[in-house]
Amino acid sequence: MTTAVRAKGAPRTGVDWFLLVMRVGLIAFIVIGLLGFVAQQIDPTNAWATWRHGDEGAARLSWAQFQGLVVTGLSQGAMYGLIALGYSMVYGVLGFINFAHGEVFMIAAFTGFIMSTKFDQAGWWDSGAFIPAMLFTIVVATIVATIVAVVMERVAYRPLRGSPRLIPLITSIGVSFFLQNAVILLFGPGAKGYAPFPDWLDKDRINIWQIGESDTGVPEYLLSVENKKLLVIVVAAISMAGLWYFVERTKTGKAMRAVAEDKEIASLMGIDVDRTIVTTFAVGGAMAGIAGILWGILFKSVIATTGFLPGIKAFTAAVVGGVGNLGGAMAGGVSLGGAEALAPLMVLDPWGIEGPSQLRDAVVFTLLILVLLVKPTGLFGERLSSEDRA
Amino acid sequence: MSDTTDKGTPILEFRNINTHYGAVHILKDVNLAIYPGEMVSLLGGNASGKSTTLKTLLGMVTPTTGEVVLDGEVVNDKPTSYRVERGITMVPENRRLFKRLSVLENLQLGAYLRNDKAGIAEDLERIYTMFPRVKERANQKSGTLSGGEQQMVAMGRALMSRPRVLLMDEPSMGLAPMLVQTNFELIQQIHQEGIAIFMVEQNANMALSIADRGWVLQTGKVVLDDTAENLLANPELRKSYLGEA
Repeated sequence: MTTAVRAKGAPRTGVDWFLLVMRVGLIAFIVIGLLGFVAQQIDPTNAWATWRHGDEGAARLSWAQFQGLVVTGLSQGAMYGLIALGYSMVYGVLGFINFAHGEVFMIAAFTGFIMSTKFDQAGWWDSGAFIPAMLFTIVVATIVATIVAVVMERVAYRPLRGSPRLIPLITSIGVSFFLQNAVILLFGPGAKGYAPFPDWLDKDRINIWQIGESDTGVPEYLLSVENKKLLVIVVAAISMAGLWYFVERTKTGKAMRAVAEDKEIASLMGIDVDRTIVTTFAVGGAMAGIAGILWGILFKSVIATTGFLPGIKAFTAAVVGGVGNLGGAMAGGVSLGGAEALAPLMVLDPWGIEGPSQLRDAVVFTLLILVLLVKPTGLFGERLSSEDRA
Repeated sequence: MSDTTDKGTPILEFRNINTHYGAVHILKDVNLAIYPGEMVSLLGGNASGKSTTLKTLLGMVTPTTGEVVLDGEVVNDKPTSYRVERGITMVPENRRLFKRLSVLENLQLGAYLRNDKAGIAEDLERIYTMFPRVKERANQKSGTLSGGEQQMVAMGRALMSRPRVLLMDEPSMGLAPMLVQTNFELIQQIHQEGIAIFMVEQNANMALSIADRGWVLQTGKVVLDDTAENLLANPELRKSYLGEA
């Protein structure tokens, strides 16, 4: 794929050499880190570990810690994947990145906060009525997010149809600022906490197959998952399956894919292109809406800037998976979440980097750079049509 | 000139059509008529307005003045989908299949505006009988097909809308010489099912040999309108389009 950057037979320039060094260097850094991790799992005081960590050697990662990280990575990754779908679908149909998509997610998380406090005041939240209240919250947040996305398309992007793709891109950044500040204006700049979730969701865990006890007598399990993370993974999986069915199996989904590929011919088939674009925004918004509630369940608080980092990470996930490719967006999200959770301890720690867990965001964007360096079309990306893309 | 009196009302008509792209005057007072079941061919060099004619017929381009008439109704402000529903469709230049969609999905999209499941299934069977190759590749992504196979899918896709008039934009463009002949045979086969064909073609000799009538377009003006036989015999035309000195 790297030949996509350099024409065949063209002489290597300084930039090519720099990119080559970057590629080799990054991959070597990761491979050595992983090897170091394996080595310190086998013997925490091996030569490499004592060189990087000092004489007492590295800390071994226990199975409980490891599988905890995997579950955390999967749940956050599933959330990124849901948001990434919106980026990818809009890119597929209109060819620009809708940077305001993260705000749709944030508004859904805010809707969840409002609903949870209202239900809490009504006494529904921490009682037997929690499940219907939660379902209702998810439905309302999804509807709100869908409406925001559709209005955004109608007001900000449709008037720009046919203009160069850079213009809607810049507009989307403006829309993003507008929505953030509108939320600050309405709800203030502070963080808003969700009403406390019932313990069975927030604190309890599902434990499968006890494999032993730790030195302090705490039982260890093959798999021990917090209920809320399991819920997040299950809801995300169901939503993705639903979306897949919609896009691959229904007539509207087929029309959507046709519009993504060739608008002129799609309209020749009798497809209403504008309506299909609205559908795309609506479906992407709905996915972001579900993701917003999942964010609420995982982190229990929301702030006007909540949409920014997850939005950028989801965009990264979409690029990693191959933008415009829905399976890629989901896979990109999950692998990004996994990398974010695992890489600090499995790659950075063996290098002796202090406080690796605080470098999670750096891991995400390094991964983005790596993918762009090695396979610019993304993991599952195919060459897009000859039509040039912004 | 041509024997248009006994053909009934035309399906599609241009009445004094003028089309502009910005300040550029593309079509100049063009009058055309396509009657049920006939095969007409539109000839013309580069930039003579052939593609614009097709786009104006389908409503992808709006004429500045004049009327596009479909079954006696002026449809200037009606969208493409309205015209497709009433039996007009096109096989676009270079086929333009949805390459990332399967062959079957391409065909199904051709019937996007139809709701009669039984009829759609029947037409799909008909296309499979007409092109057994297409049936074999039904679940393959259409981008993986060869040029000739893609042409079959493109024609199949157009037929799925049950057209009364099939517009063809340069059907032999980009096909291997061997396939061009097969392609024209296919067009004749479709025509024999009673579908009117309006063909824009560079290959004037081939196009006129199967057409009933022909028009010659020059810088946006219809300069010749005659039967195919007369056009083939026209020394002026032979000189400019058939490469004869």
